[in-house]
Amino acid sequence: MVNNLKVNDINDIDVDQNINIINDFSIQVATPNGSGSQTSNLVLLRSLFKMGIPSSGKNLFPSNIQGMPTWYTIRCSQEGYVARRDSIQIMVLMNPETALQDINNIQSGGVCLYPKSAKYNFDREDITYYPMPVKRLAKESGVSSALRPYVSNMVYVGVLASVLSIDLLEIESALSWHFKGRQKLVDTNMPVIQAAFDWSRENLTKTDRFQVERTNSTDGTIMVDGNFAAALGAIYGGVTVMAWYPITPSTSLADSLTEYARLLRHDAEGHATYSIIQAEDELAAAGMIMGAGWAGARAMTATSGPGISLMSEFAGFGYYAEIPAVIWDVQRVGPSTGLPTRVSQGDLTACYWSSHGDTEHICLLPGNVAECFEFGWRAFDIAEQYQTPVFVLSDLDLGMNNWMTKPFNYPDKPMNRGKVLTADQVNENGFKRYFDLDGDGIPYRTLPGTVANGASYFTRGSGHDESAKYSEDPLDYATNMSRLRRKIDSSRETIPAPIVEHNKTASIGFVGFGSTDPAIIEARDRLAVIGVASSYLRIRALPASLTVSDFIASHERVYVVEMNIEGQLHKLIQIQSPELATKVLSLAHCDGLPLTASYIVSEILEQERGPNGKIKD
Amino acid sequence: MGKSRINTNLIGLEKQDYKGSPTTLCAGCGHNSISSQIITAAFELGLQPEQVIKISGIGCSSKSPAYFMNRSFAFNSVHGRMPSVASGAMLANRNLVTIGISGDGDTGSIGLGQFKHAMRRNTPMIYIVENNGVYGLTKGQFSVTADEGQNLKYYGKNDLPPLDLCLEAIVADCGFVARSFAGDPKQVRPLLKAAISYDGAALLDIISPCVAFNNTSDSTKGYDWVKEHDDPLHDITYIPIQEEVTTQYDPGDTSTVTLHDGSQILLRKLDESYDPTDKLGAIQALQSANNEESLLTGLIYYDPNRPNLIQSENLVESPLVQLTTDALRPNEESLSQIMSNL
Repeated sequence: MVNNLKVNDINDIDVDQNINIINDFSIQVATPNGSGSQTSNLVLLRSLFKMGIPSSGKNLFPSNIQGMPTWYTIRCSQEGYVARRDSIQIMVLMNPETALQDINNIQSGGVCLYPKSAKYNFDREDITYYPMPVKRLAKESGVSSALRPYVSNMVYVGVLASVLSIDLLEIESALSWHFKGRQKLVDTNMPVIQAAFDWSRENLTKTDRFQVERTNSTDGTIMVDGNFAAALGAIYGGVTVMAWYPITPSTSLADSLTEYARLLRHDAEGHATYSIIQAEDELAAAGMIMGAGWAGARAMTATSGPGISLMSEFAGFGYYAEIPAVIWDVQRVGPSTGLPTRVSQGDLTACYWSSHGDTEHICLLPGNVAECFEFGWRAFDIAEQYQTPVFVLSDLDLGMNNWMTKPFNYPDKPMNRGKVLTADQVNENGFKRYFDLDGDGIPYRTLPGTVANGASYFTRGSGHDESAKYSEDPLDYATNMSRLRRKIDSSRETIPAPIVEHNKTASIGFVGFGSTDPAIIEARDRLAVIGVASSYLRIRALPASLTVSDFIASHERVYVVEMNIEGQLHKLIQIQSPELATKVLSLAHCDGLPLTASYIVSEILEQERGPNGKIKD
Repeated sequence: MGKSRINTNLIGLEKQDYKGSPTTLCAGCGHNSISSQIITAAFELGLQPEQVIKISGIGCSSKSPAYFMNRSFAFNSVHGRMPSVASGAMLANRNLVTIGISGDGDTGSIGLGQFKHAMRRNTPMIYIVENNGVYGLTKGQFSVTADEGQNLKYYGKNDLPPLDLCLEAIVADCGFVARSFAGDPKQVRPLLKAAISYDGAALLDIISPCVAFNNTSDSTKGYDWVKEHDDPLHDITYIPIQEEVTTQYDPGDTSTVTLHDGSQILLRKLDESYDPTDKLGAIQALQSANNEESLLTGLIYYDPNRPNLIQSENLVESPLVQLTTDALRPNEESLSQIMSNL
């Protein structure tokens, strides 16, 4: 059975049988960038989600303000799968520039919606066509010609609502939610949706077999993006200084932080208990959080790959001088301008070993939006506990797209401000900034402004002794560096532990991190159906827990799944467990798009097939 | 007053409490004179040393925080980034007094952007440029403030015009711009005190000769040249807030500037037409002095009216670093409310 399986079988939805397909399809909307389709797409997504249908939305957009092609894909999955999938069942062609290519991406048996006025000569006979009177309905809406492109995009919302049986009341409330309750905007758009819905009911004969049905599968969940979650986490983590510089895809993290700090973090007189500074560049943003963290603030920045490069000098300084700070890296494809609006996990080693000289930075690796929130506050505790810069690696898919999640849990631990001495403690016991009093590699620190005899010290990137005095003594340098090594090592089992799903019957295992989680989950299910059992370990922080080595040791082969070309995590694991290196195989893939389950499944089948064509035991 | 009182300041500290470690800079380096004026100014003003932070970048100048005020906290950061580190620290703890030490390379080349943005934001700090026109630690390359046409032993002729850091600061809307000379402690000291009393970004561009690489008789950063060409705008007297002005001055040739903390400086004009609150006049005076090969020193530009970074950020009165969980972590109910609205 396994040997006859084709990739298409995994990827496509079975539309050959003569039954309706309910709550299991992907809708793709192709538009020119900047045409205002985002409102329509988000309203559709939210309506489906609120009807209880597990859904996810992914925006594939160009680095452009207006004109270049954009695709928004909504996947409905009654089984709850939220990874990207390649095949599209329902396509809305609003971009004449790409229509002739886009139509080829519709699965056989699928649906194509397009504006009547476009007069395409489509030659596919295996799909259903629904031409829509977009121009007429937009014109009849009576809105000004400037607003017409926006309401034009509401036409496909109405037609889809009719064709798929999406509840118009859910659409109206999604519209109202999207516009934050501004009724005037709802009143501009809703009549167009209604008109398109009515037109569709009167004029279209439904010949496709896709539809939605209300369920309770999304009860108790919310839908948010990871950058919002991270920002909210930081606010509940007590962030006091945030310095940043605009860069896609991290900008919305700073925007959310600004929006919600304004609501949540002012005193009775209206003064802010935080500062958010848009710095002149990432060099300055890094300098500001170093200065702030040194002075005792909970300091953070949010950036992406190019910013990480610029911040690396300070990251190394912070490692060596032992300054707490949190650096969010919402990863995108590199280098520099690269594919700035496409997803990647290519910054792992750049962050882990950021800067010249010896460093090894604690890196947190959230795999879903709930962890973006949790690591949003925990990162400060870890940074202050270990007195070191902490990187948090999210990515464009996790950060900017919408995900279903359980509501976030309020922090279950009090803030850990680390080993900070008061003036009285200094007066009583004295103070040496870099002395390992407790034997755990973590020294004590004082904050500037602490008035006590001997409280002050000199922070420098140059060699220093235990008292922070300038020193080029070889022993001082080597002792200090080995203490730093011990300090970071000691974090290994206290930072977020891997999530392990150990299948005792499995000979293969997966190791992954971050936003590949949904694709791995789905791939494992599909592999299990065809008789390939697997275990799964998701790494949530570096330096990696020794659990990872145990996991590898207890499987025949372990595939490290990641969205980069070099197999960065794969190599880090091999370095950490050289004796297990040959059991660890790389499944690294990066093309700018979120990973799919079908890619993982086909790669596994390829690699697991023995010379006789049979799947290995 | 008993004799013992003379040796202590307002907060009961001796001058010894403001001293630093022995300098490792060259004998005769202008930077050492500046360090000793900082010691004296801080002592005389009665600053609490632990509430002073000394932030620097990289270079000979940036080493000097080790040579004054050992009881203060210090952060010798990375090249050209002193302003951002100082800004972060000030946002974290608005009660600190920040002395930023930089050089002409650290500020005028690699750090020009950060320098101008700190001025533009009006980050409360005393920003001292120890300006010698040359890279000392790397053995004598021209800096961005070196004279056009100047010849140096290793690097030949400098073909590029210098940047005037005071002009750059004025253009970036800095409200306290002063220039002085390390060899003129009588001018440096009151300017330092005034800068400390100013609640915003205060630039002190202090010509500080490098005896090793740029002290030739024709260098505008050398002792001899500056002594011959120094053109002070005024004699400056700093009047602390606790003291009353007792001497009578003719208002025609003396102007008074009241600083944010209530202290004052008296400027006895040497150039009668000069008004340090006139921005265009200040720019013109600096340009003219450069054209005429003279060194204009004193308080060149003054504007107390711009809100500083702390004010424009609308921060709570208590330093952010002193806030506890109550103020920093919103309650559980607020999170539930946000969650239920999603």
